[in-house]
Amino acid sequence: MKRAVLAVSLTALATVPLWVPGTFYVNIASQILLYSIFALGVNVLAGYAGLVSLGHAGLFSIAAYTGAKVLSAGHGHLAGDAAALAVTLLAAAVFAALALRGTGLGFVMITVALGQIVWGVAYRWISLTNGDNGISISGRPSPFGLSLAAPRSFYWATFLVFLLALASMSVFVHSPLGAAVRGTRDQPRRMTALGYHVWMIRFVAFLFSGLWTGAAGLLYLYYHQFVSPQAVALTASAEALLMVIAGGTATLLGPVVGAGLVVVVKNVASAYIERWNFVLGAIFVLIVVFMPDGLVPGLARLARRATAGWRPPAAVAVAAPREGTRP
Amino acid sequence: MSLWLLLAVNSITLGGLLFLLSAGFSLIFGLMKIPNLTHGSFFMLGAYLATSLIARGFDFWTAAILAGLGVAVFGGIVERLVLRRLAGAELAQVLVTLGLSFMVADVCLMVWTGDPIRIDTPPGLRGTTAVMGFAFPTYRLAISVIAVVFAAGLWLLLDRTRLGAMIRAGVDDPAMARVAGIRVSRLFTVVFCLGAWLAGFAGVMGGPILSVYPGLDGEMLPLALVVVILGGSGSLVGSLVGSFIVGFLYNFGQAMFPEVAYVVLFLPMLIVLVVRPQGLFGRQPA
Repeated sequence: MKRAVLAVSLTALATVPLWVPGTFYVNIASQILLYSIFALGVNVLAGYAGLVSLGHAGLFSIAAYTGAKVLSAGHGHLAGDAAALAVTLLAAAVFAALALRGTGLGFVMITVALGQIVWGVAYRWISLTNGDNGISISGRPSPFGLSLAAPRSFYWATFLVFLLALASMSVFVHSPLGAAVRGTRDQPRRMTALGYHVWMIRFVAFLFSGLWTGAAGLLYLYYHQFVSPQAVALTASAEALLMVIAGGTATLLGPVVGAGLVVVVKNVASAYIERWNFVLGAIFVLIVVFMPDGLVPGLARLARRATAGWRPPAAVAVAAPREGTRP
Repeated sequence: MSLWLLLAVNSITLGGLLFLLSAGFSLIFGLMKIPNLTHGSFFMLGAYLATSLIARGFDFWTAAILAGLGVAVFGGIVERLVLRRLAGAELAQVLVTLGLSFMVADVCLMVWTGDPIRIDTPPGLRGTTAVMGFAFPTYRLAISVIAVVFAAGLWLLLDRTRLGAMIRAGVDDPAMARVAGIRVSRLFTVVFCLGAWLAGFAGVMGGPILSVYPGLDGEMLPLALVVVILGGSGSLVGSLVGSFIVGFLYNFGQAMFPEVAYVVLFLPMLIVLVVRPQGLFGRQPA
């Protein structure tokens, strides 16, 4: 049943450019996929490791800015992509080393501050980042001679990266490392007692999260062929977190559903009303207050209820590291 | 007057404003264990409310106090209606404050438009005052004095009154304070309103210097975060010292390294995090 649903949805996703009318919607589908990759990256920390980061837009745009700088310096796409991912990993290591000084709320606050530093650099360090005007790049790459300039071919390229991200997430979640990461979220003290190096496990999870965040940042750069401080704003980090929470933390497909929801609402809402930020904030508040476990577990519960008769919903809080579980 | 002296005065002024902003932030964080991400919005909302009040003929000081009250009422509603529902789920509370800050920012943009609004310096505090042969901008001196008065007042409140003792008990050990018969949840509301009032008042005080514009909330919030991480949560002395450190770093950083001023600002925070994660004056890790 579950596999059938997955197969059907993946087939539907793979063929989007064939049945969706017009390039506008193909582009929206590309956005959904690239933000899904971002949300999958954030979910590694926020969902599985119980470490809520509000600074991931920093990593996202470090990848985009590095790519843009290397490309506009005249280097090839391969060099640009490699440099962007390498620099993002390095930045993720620095972020992790600092942010893991705290857990729970300390972690949140430090990641906010780190994200704002990147924003400050993007906005104010004009000789490096061109400030508010941002950096443009000329053209998308053509791997193996296939040009990605057209919306459809770009969609399929994004889809491939998305599949890779999803597969790696699946492997990660089912691996001993994934189990260890969940262990450090639920029972850090017991994990320490069992001989696990809690800090190192979290550090590795952070790097893994940063890698996919960087990949999403690169796709963002190629999609818009432009990057500006807007990509670094606290709102961007919050949006990514909203995708994860809306879809359901610590579920494999939750972030994808959340990304779809946010991108669609954002595009639809911005077509009708100017106040997108208000809608974003309101969705945030409503979901946290009324559906704290997210849409995917929430809907799954509804489905179970429909098939197996009514059962009281289990009270699930947002993956919150509690006082008592801190090391 | 030499550039350095001017920078120093500006630093002290910003430090004073930041103290007003971060004292409440720090108390809320210390007591309720939530980094209240709407705090920057309180600052901006206070300033905006004051511009409307002043436009209706109120004088500066009345407007400042009333705008603070308006923000305090708003804070009280947020605490009672939203945060209270999520008691115990700290992370959910943080996310809700973040969502609310977006909503407040958007409503402010809708009501007061995107143009910066300047609050006029109150009459009587315009011009300069000569101190020790140097001419200082009077209003900036006044802010420093106000900050010192508030610091003393808050210290008296926390250290000498029954309410203060209850707040300190709540910060140190909320569970034990409850057992001892202190209604910690009512303290939450009191402290939240007090913090909101201080932030709103600070926003009005900052108006003549910073003016009010969309995005002001997002600029002040990280500063408050840095102050609290530097000084340690729940510590008044920490907020005071942290505020002035940040005030000086911000002004001197902008004068000396304009492009990386923001980074300069965060460096000491990173050093403190590595060397002393609980902050300079904090007792518990942040």
